[in-house]
Amino acid sequence: MNPALPAVDTLVDAMARDLKALFASRQVTEPAMIGIHTGGVWVAERLHARLGLEEPLGELDITFYRDDFTRIGMHPQVKPSKLPLQVDDRHIVLVDDVLHTGRTIRAALNEIFDYGRPAAVFLAVLVERSGRELPIEAAVAGAHIDLAPDQHVKLVGPDELRLIVQDAS
Amino acid sequence: MSLSHRDSVQLDEHGRLRHFLTIEGLKRDALVEILDAAESFATVGAQTVKKVPLLRGKTIVNLFFEASTRTRTTFELAAKRLSADVLNINVSTSATSKGESLLDMLHNLEAMHCDMFVVRHNQSGAAHFIARHVAPHISVINAGDGRHAHPTQAMLDMFTIRRHKGDFGALRVAIVGDIMHSRVARSQIHALTTLGVPEVRVVAPRTLIPAQVEGLGVHVYHDLREGLRDVDVIIMLRLQRERMQGALLPSEHEYFEVYGLTPETLAHAKADAIVMHPGPINRGVEIASSVADGPQSVILEQVTNGIAVRMAVMSLVLGRPPEAEEPRTGGGHG
Repeated sequence: MNPALPAVDTLVDAMARDLKALFASRQVTEPAMIGIHTGGVWVAERLHARLGLEEPLGELDITFYRDDFTRIGMHPQVKPSKLPLQVDDRHIVLVDDVLHTGRTIRAALNEIFDYGRPAAVFLAVLVERSGRELPIEAAVAGAHIDLAPDQHVKLVGPDELRLIVQDAS
Repeated sequence: MSLSHRDSVQLDEHGRLRHFLTIEGLKRDALVEILDAAESFATVGAQTVKKVPLLRGKTIVNLFFEASTRTRTTFELAAKRLSADVLNINVSTSATSKGESLLDMLHNLEAMHCDMFVVRHNQSGAAHFIARHVAPHISVINAGDGRHAHPTQAMLDMFTIRRHKGDFGALRVAIVGDIMHSRVARSQIHALTTLGVPEVRVVAPRTLIPAQVEGLGVHVYHDLREGLRDVDVIIMLRLQRERMQGALLPSEHEYFEVYGLTPETLAHAKADAIVMHPGPINRGVEIASSVADGPQSVILEQVTNGIAVRMAVMSLVLGRPPEAEEPRTGGGHG
């Protein structure tokens, strides 16, 4: 079962539109955006440009905050997190490529709170799929797809972004 | 002597670090892995909350049989920034003076579910000895043993050099001072040659150079100005005052005259050469204050980098996946 996957550009357009509506309804005037390495940063770069945000994009690598460190070991090629923005009292848009179990977002939230206390965090994802293991939901999602537990959806990039579905082997 | 995986205490059968006892016998990739990981940890100290939860729930014991406030402090800070719990045990004033044997003490600490021992000892080989006798789930890091090795100090030096000079493959490095008694120098020489530095020099009076040091792949100089000519990196070593009393040197004053790093002797190195020192420095003995505090000095950066490098080593050693389990890719995490 390989569902037809939409074009990433179309999804990012839809996300930008939904985010604008969200900002209007919540009266958010100066949102800050943070992408999660690696795919989330690719999506966030495009959203950041489409929304015309002036403040630099933040980047998070959640490796040091993962809950499975003792099982998977240490990955030395961690890209340092860069948060060139103030977190305190800000409305933050946290961007990732795929929302699956929710554990990455849990780790990202913990890391953001080590930088400060935001007013609110909105989760925006390119694709939301089934299989949540934690009570986490996206405020904005480009697409919703149902996959079998042994299937994964991945974002391939960075120059041209494309979604692919893989069977776990 | 280089060690293969099979006879190395510090590597498992897959060649991964199980303990960190010496640079000797490690491959270039293993050293680069530590440097890359340290690069990631270097930003943690600049955060509002200077902590990551990576080693939450782990207990790390600083087991110091020889006093060293600075080294112990950087290990302690590194462990705390990884959210581990830390016990500091100064053994000379503690259990062994009550007649408890070293192995009894280790077994007691194991029974308290400790996960890592950071060991400083004045006997060469002490960390290896402890690594051979601890329970399989415990990791040992050598924080300096006798004249043998001080591998985390060497790695923080390599990290500092890489940050300033980038590629190791085109460097000329001089290590100046008491090579004979220095575990730091031995570890630095192994690290520099393993990372591909083409020319490593040691500069010291004959009484402070070990016999057959050339076997480690270094060039020996007894003239400081010659030894510093056109080098990119100068590593000064601490001159311990007790060496004077051992009649190895005439006087501190004379040593400084001949081997002290001053603005005049520094001028023989390249104009952009960096000056390093493992600390604590003896001002006016091996280095002039104006050089130690001068624009080419990276001595305080070394201290800062020491925390990131020790965080990297602790994480790599404790972050070994269990043998039976395959590493997962990031894709399935979600």
